[in-house]
This record gives sequence, structure tokens and C-alpha cells, in this order.
Amino acid sequence: MHRTGELYGQFETLEQQKETATLGMWIFLVTEVLFFGGLFLTYTINRHYYFTAFGVGGNMLDLTMGTANTFVLIASSFTMAMSVWTAQTSRKNLLPIFLMLTLILGGVFLGIKYVEYKQKYDHHLIPGPSFDITYRINHPARGDNPKELAAERQEIGEALRTEDPENPQGALVALNAHTQLYFSLYFAMTGLHALHMVVGAGLLIWLFTESLKGRFSTSYYTPVETVGLYWHFVDIVWIYLFALLYLINRHLG
Amino acid sequence: MSKHIASPKLYLVILSALMFGTVLTVAAAVRDFGPWNIVIALAIATSKATLVVLFFMHAWYSPKRTHLVIVSAVFWLALLIGLTVSDYAMRQHDVRNAGPPPVSRLH
Repeated sequence: MHRTGELYGQFETLEQQKETATLGMWIFLVTEVLFFGGLFLTYTINRHYYFTAFGVGGNMLDLTMGTANTFVLIASSFTMAMSVWTAQTSRKNLLPIFLMLTLILGGVFLGIKYVEYKQKYDHHLIPGPSFDITYRINHPARGDNPKELAAERQEIGEALRTEDPENPQGALVALNAHTQLYFSLYFAMTGLHALHMVVGAGLLIWLFTESLKGRFSTSYYTPVETVGLYWHFVDIVWIYLFALLYLINRHLG
Repeated sequence: MSKHIASPKLYLVILSALMFGTVLTVAAAVRDFGPWNIVIALAIATSKATLVVLFFMHAWYSPKRTHLVIVSAVFWLALLIGLTVSDYAMRQHDVRNAGPPPVSRLH
């Protein structure tokens, strides 16, 4: 394609090129809203039908790590916004620093997510043959908070009575089935979100290497702007995931 | 696209507001507001998302066509969720019995 400097042949000016690229990114984000929207819809309907089981599942998540990750991601959105600002104002020495900070915070998020996934694995909460919602209360590990375990035991006991008060064995099968539905959605939604973070991290690495060459300045910073839009969108998805997956049943636990 | 450049000071204010919103939503979640817990959690999440869209994503300074794209995203999401939920709500039978056999029979 014919290209003069950063300006591609089909555009009159860099300004027009940037407006076009930004609009394109926004339209892509609309498709992303509907992509995640399908999962949020599935979650909403199943939570309505299996309200008790989804409550039990939600309270099995680690609130501390979820909250910490929310702070980390918000901070990374701030450093991303600052990256765009340094590019807009041609602060070529600062731009790589803010991009690197954003990348590091994204890495911290994924690291905490890994620790959480590992914890779910240890608690037998990965959907499949070894899934057992009662595993944790029956196999307390060293360092488990006894008060938390007692609350969990009580909540699971109440949930079993809700599933089937007559038949304890059937109630356990039903509760395991319905909490697996919760954890399937938990892993699908947070996994898809984490995949978006990995893609974002790749884009940030590319921006970082380009910024070291001094490519971005007031006249041309379109890639920083559009990757910024993408990164902030991923932040917004997490804001809703945090509210719906981690928070809404805490008062019952 | 606007020539406007938002200042770091504004970004710091938005950052603080988002941090405060996170503290607020966790504090609200551990208290019992009955059916209002979910409403409060989603209202705070939506406020936070709005701040991100308006300022971090520069929608506040963007042309009207960007606003149109954002509104269309919200509109289609509302259609997707609204129509599906109303469909489920108005079924005569229990949809849980309409699918594959209950899991208890699969085991």
C-alpha cells in the first residue's frame, strides 16, 4: 500500500486517518460488548434459575484477590490514559515508562488470576469429574480461617436443604451440578477476559518497542489511542465481572 | 477527533473516583440490603464504567458519531438481554425441564 511516512494513501491527512482508525476501534468494541454480552446473559438467566447454587459458588471466590485485581486493573487503566497523554504531548521519554507500567500492572493482574485459578483447582472447583463443592469444608487446609469454613459449611448445608430436603444424596448431586454451572461460567467469563488481557499485553509490548524508536508524537499517536480504547474496554468488562461474580452474594454468606 | 488533550490532573481525579467506587462497592456488598444488593452493585459498576468511557476513553471530547456508536452498543446489549429475559419469563412451562434429561439421571 502506498504510504508517506505514517500516512496511508487512502487518507488526506493524519487527522482524518486517526478519526477513521478510532471509529473502527469503537465499532470493534461494540461487537466485543455483544460477545461478552452473550455470556452475561447466560449468567443472568442461570443465576435466576439456580439462585442458591450461584450464591454458594460466588462466596467460594476469594474476595481479597478479586478486590486487589480490581485496584490493579484500574491503576493500569490510569497508566494507559497517561500513556496516551504523553504521546499526545510528545513526551517521548515518558511514553515507554507509562507503557511499561501498564504492561507490568497487566502482568500482576494475570499473576493474581493464576493464583486464584490454582486455588480453585486445589479446592476441586474445576468443572468435571473431580468437582466437589463440599471438598473444601471436608478437607480444611492449614491456614484456612475456621470462621470462614464454618460459614461455608452452614451455607452449603442450607443450600442442600433448598435443593431437596427429603433426599440428601440427590440434593448433593443437584448442588454439585448447579454449582458446576456457576464455575463453568466463572471460568468462561474470567478466562475470556484474561485472554483479552494477554492480547492487550502483546499490543503493549509492540507499542513499547515502537515508542523506544520515538515513533509516536503529537502528529501521530493513533496506535496508542486505539490500544488505549481496547485496554479501557477490558477494564470495564472486569468492573462488571467483579460485581456479578464476586460481590452479589456476600451479604448472604 | 477532538484536538482536546485531557490533563493528568483530570486522570488522577478519575483514578481516585474509581478507587473510591471499588471500596464503596465492597463495603456495600458485605451488608444486607435484601433485593437491593444487586441493584447497588450494578449501579456502582455502571457509574465506574461511565467514568472510564467518558474520560479515559475520551468520549466526553469525541464527535457525535462516536457517541452514536456507544449508544448503539448499549441499545443492542439491552435488546439482547431484555428480549431474551422476557422470553424466558413468559414461558408457561419450567424451561429447566425442556432441555436434556436432569443431571441426576446422567450419573
